[in-house]
Amino acid sequence: MSLDPFLTPTAIVCYALFALLGVAEIAALKLKPKMDPASWENLRARIRSWWVMVFVFGTIFWLGRGVITLFFAFCSFAALREFATVTHTRRADHSALALAFWLILPLQYLAVYMDWALMALLMIPLYAFILLPVITVLKGEVSGFLNRVSETQWGLMICVYFVSHIPAVLSLQIPDYRFSAITLITWLILVVQASDVLQYVWGKALGKRLLAPKVSPSKTVEGLVGGVLSATLIGVILTPITPFTPLMAGLTAFAVCVMGVFGGLILSAIKRDRGVKDWGHLIRGHGGFLDRLDSLVFSAPIYLHLLLGSF
Amino acid sequence: MSDQFLAQAARLATVFSCRALLSLRSSDFPDHSGRPRIYAANHVSHADFVALWTALPRSLRARTRPVAGLDYWEATGFRRWLIHQVFRGVLVERGAKREPGSDGGEVIRHLAAPLKAGEDLIFFPEGTRNLTGNDLMRLRSGIYLLLQEVPDAEVVPCWISHMDRILPKGGFVPVPLNCDLRYGAPLRPEPGEARTEFLARLHAAILACRRTEA
Repeated sequence: MSLDPFLTPTAIVCYALFALLGVAEIAALKLKPKMDPASWENLRARIRSWWVMVFVFGTIFWLGRGVITLFFAFCSFAALREFATVTHTRRADHSALALAFWLILPLQYLAVYMDWALMALLMIPLYAFILLPVITVLKGEVSGFLNRVSETQWGLMICVYFVSHIPAVLSLQIPDYRFSAITLITWLILVVQASDVLQYVWGKALGKRLLAPKVSPSKTVEGLVGGVLSATLIGVILTPITPFTPLMAGLTAFAVCVMGVFGGLILSAIKRDRGVKDWGHLIRGHGGFLDRLDSLVFSAPIYLHLLLGSF
Repeated sequence: MSDQFLAQAARLATVFSCRALLSLRSSDFPDHSGRPRIYAANHVSHADFVALWTALPRSLRARTRPVAGLDYWEATGFRRWLIHQVFRGVLVERGAKREPGSDGGEVIRHLAAPLKAGEDLIFFPEGTRNLTGNDLMRLRSGIYLLLQEVPDAEVVPCWISHMDRILPKGGFVPVPLNCDLRYGAPLRPEPGEARTEFLARLHAAILACRRTEA
């Protein structure tokens, strides 16, 4: 563990990503004459945002557990804000939402940071589920009650509970693993995001059959298969930085990629239902935080549980 | 001197926290033409003018003043400080008769003074917060009379989203939601346009600003 902080697996992954982004910038310049200006601008903005995201991740992961936990708390905050904005909640839900943002969210991340495992596991699915409808029902507004209460609970589950499973990985003590648990998060994010990007690339290259045209107009079967398989391959190649055997790395990578696909589809379905194109506008070219987090949201809990089961 | 400093610090804190909490986004903000300007927006929360003011381009913030109800903002020392020192509000007695000739004329002249001095106003033409649950209430005639008093002024319609959920009546803690401010093209009364016609046009223009809102 006395590795130079600039030579940790996470740092090396970041250097590799910077090199890759350099290649992507050049490729984008070459593609310019062949693309229509709007989608070229979007591609360019996406690449620019990736530079920022890799830089932010690298810095945060270098600063250690407290900062990482704080960072995901901030992601949850931004995601919950995007989610709550599109729900049917109204004035009568104000107190419940204020509690969700200002009490439950910070407590969840405090519990994750302090290793209060039972609280981290139960507070949102059980106690928030009991408390928030109680507060809302006292306001006496019955119209849309079931919708509003369910949406608030779903928002907390997706944006706070699921996302908090990412920093929760840092509480794991894996015997005979030579790197810090931070590396486990790097591997997860890398594999899941690679799956997203590669699905896009494979889909653009070979995509023909639409996977779920009503939910997501751009996801194709070819993109899905190519993306998930090549991201799984990346996960296997990176076995040396994980505590897994190559087979376990492959199975775990495959599982989180598949969950990532479903996460993307589910959050797309919510967007279509509510008639919005993007969740927000904070990440240029990508949309909101939920547009970038969607595939991590559903894979993070599965990943944590696979790790817990394996070691 | 330190009063000035405190007020400036409060303005910076407002801009920072409002931007951070609400991820404010303006769309189709019309460039300033140099005419005195009245921003006319829907009104559901005490924080409406704060959101609109914060989202303005920085160069316009210093010259833009909110029109606010005297009864509410004069009620406590803290509110008085906020509205006078921090936001430089123009306070009006609500419920004053807005017919010219009666004491309503005084209110209109009071509002016209900053416009004539080259400042802009944030104005809520519904006259009070809309707690009906409907989109936009009937507009009061104040804004029309103000435009008669300052004929070269223009009205910029604006729709502020979600403020009734962010800080509703009686709410103390804001719930952070993404708040969008959507603007329409500036309008002015046509020559000979009657009060009701102009108010109907403005009403439609404010509602039209909502456009793509979910």
